[in-house]
Amino acid sequence: MKFSLNPNAPDRRLLDEGRRTRAMTWIMAIMLFLTVLSGALGLGMLGATAQLDRQLAGRLTVQIIEPNAELRDNQAKQMVAALRAVPGVVRADEADRAKLAELLKPWLGDAGLDPDLPMPAMIDVDVRGDTNVAAAEAAAKRIVPAARIDRHAQWLSPVRNFMSTLTWLAAGLVLLMATATGAVVLLAARSGLDTHRDTIEVLHMLGSTDLQVARLFQRRIAFDTLIGGALGSFAALGVVWFLQSRFGALGSEILSGVALEQRDWFILLLLPLSFALLATFAARVAVLRKLGATL
Amino acid sequence: MANIVQFENVGLRYGTSAETLSDISFTLTSGSFYFLTGPSGAGKTSLLKLLYLAQRPSRGVIRLFGEDAGSLPRARLPGFRRRIGVVFQDFRLVPHLSAYDNIALPLRVAGMPEGDIEAPVREMLAWVGLTDRGKALPTTLSGGEQQRIAIARAVIGRPEVLVADEPTGNVDPDMAERLLHLFDSLNRLGTTVVVATHDFHLLNRIPNARMMRLEKGRLNDPTGALRNPPQ
Repeated sequence: MKFSLNPNAPDRRLLDEGRRTRAMTWIMAIMLFLTVLSGALGLGMLGATAQLDRQLAGRLTVQIIEPNAELRDNQAKQMVAALRAVPGVVRADEADRAKLAELLKPWLGDAGLDPDLPMPAMIDVDVRGDTNVAAAEAAAKRIVPAARIDRHAQWLSPVRNFMSTLTWLAAGLVLLMATATGAVVLLAARSGLDTHRDTIEVLHMLGSTDLQVARLFQRRIAFDTLIGGALGSFAALGVVWFLQSRFGALGSEILSGVALEQRDWFILLLLPLSFALLATFAARVAVLRKLGATL
Repeated sequence: MANIVQFENVGLRYGTSAETLSDISFTLTSGSFYFLTGPSGAGKTSLLKLLYLAQRPSRGVIRLFGEDAGSLPRARLPGFRRRIGVVFQDFRLVPHLSAYDNIALPLRVAGMPEGDIEAPVREMLAWVGLTDRGKALPTTLSGGEQQRIAIARAVIGRPEVLVADEPTGNVDPDMAERLLHLFDSLNRLGTTVVVATHDFHLLNRIPNARMMRLEKGRLNDPTGALRNPPQ
């Protein structure tokens, strides 16, 4: 039996699959819709986590808590100079005190502008590489042993962990969907074998091999998965595109990292194809196993 | 003439029930015509199933085309089945395929290119007198027409052995005779034909045919000798 994409090809007519809309197509559409959404969530979170890592990995804030304003300012100047001298430090700037006071205004009112208020000097530092971060911390401690050093990655780690959990959850969902798809295909193939038992028996008596029969089911299920998968995937991609445009409008630095890159869209487009391959393989295994138990 | 089928002390049992066929021994020679007779329930269909490899024997040896069919690996069965044409008692036409496609099925199974299929199928349709019914679905055909399509499907692959199970059971006497004539013409082309029937009137229609009679799962001659049909 030759195999053709033509819907009227003789081998396609053999299983009476011609023009009926089958539930399998819609099941696959729903499966792929959910899978692509899960995949997009996973890829988006993966991208956002990576961006967060890039942004925060070498970012520090050094606080000098010194009630004597003159001493504090001197220490801050020395600190900035010392940090800029550390290899790998790309930026070391003292935070603008006027801006700090502005930030505190909602809580302290105009008292925040009082020069006698013992506000800490804050120095933002950007460092490249983990070893350089340690060197920068050591340099800061040398200048002011009491200086408090905050690694941004540390205080954003709960957020990062949550994003990482979402990534794994999404990967788990994709795997779960793939398993469910395999199971649905197994059931569909078995049910198909039962439905077409008489035709298959005739085919066997005419000298058809198990592989020839399996190919009829494989091709049929691959078509269902591809058509349903394409419908579900494009619907899901539309939803993802819409959500991405909404994230962009929020202007959030973290959420902007959720945006999918070209590579991610490509991976999502591969999902229906991968599922069609998976379904084809599952159908082949199911049919061959069942036929192997007959004569 | 060469022995094409040999049964030696063959028994067939379904599950744990009593044997449906017992101690069946016979030999079919190539190019001959055989009737398999016996009352309903005698085991004719079971014997034919062994012959067209739809069943394996519970015991004994079946040699087909010189090989032990009972121990053939599953993967080799299709090749053997393609050498045997079967006309089923209930026709077993694929209901959603046209008469043309039903007849073409063995050729497609054998991997014949689509372009080479039309001519032999048209020839077969003409041979069974249904040239203008090629597009008809089996459900729209009469019993006799369905039977003729089933015969055309069985012989289109030029099998070495043709097995027909009660091929005249659902048709009127005139049609039965016409079908028998088709088998006879095929036999004259060299095909070994085995027709199971309980219709004794048909037996005299083929002068050179021989007869095997089954009763209660046994050939009535314990030696398995083939008998000439009653005159």
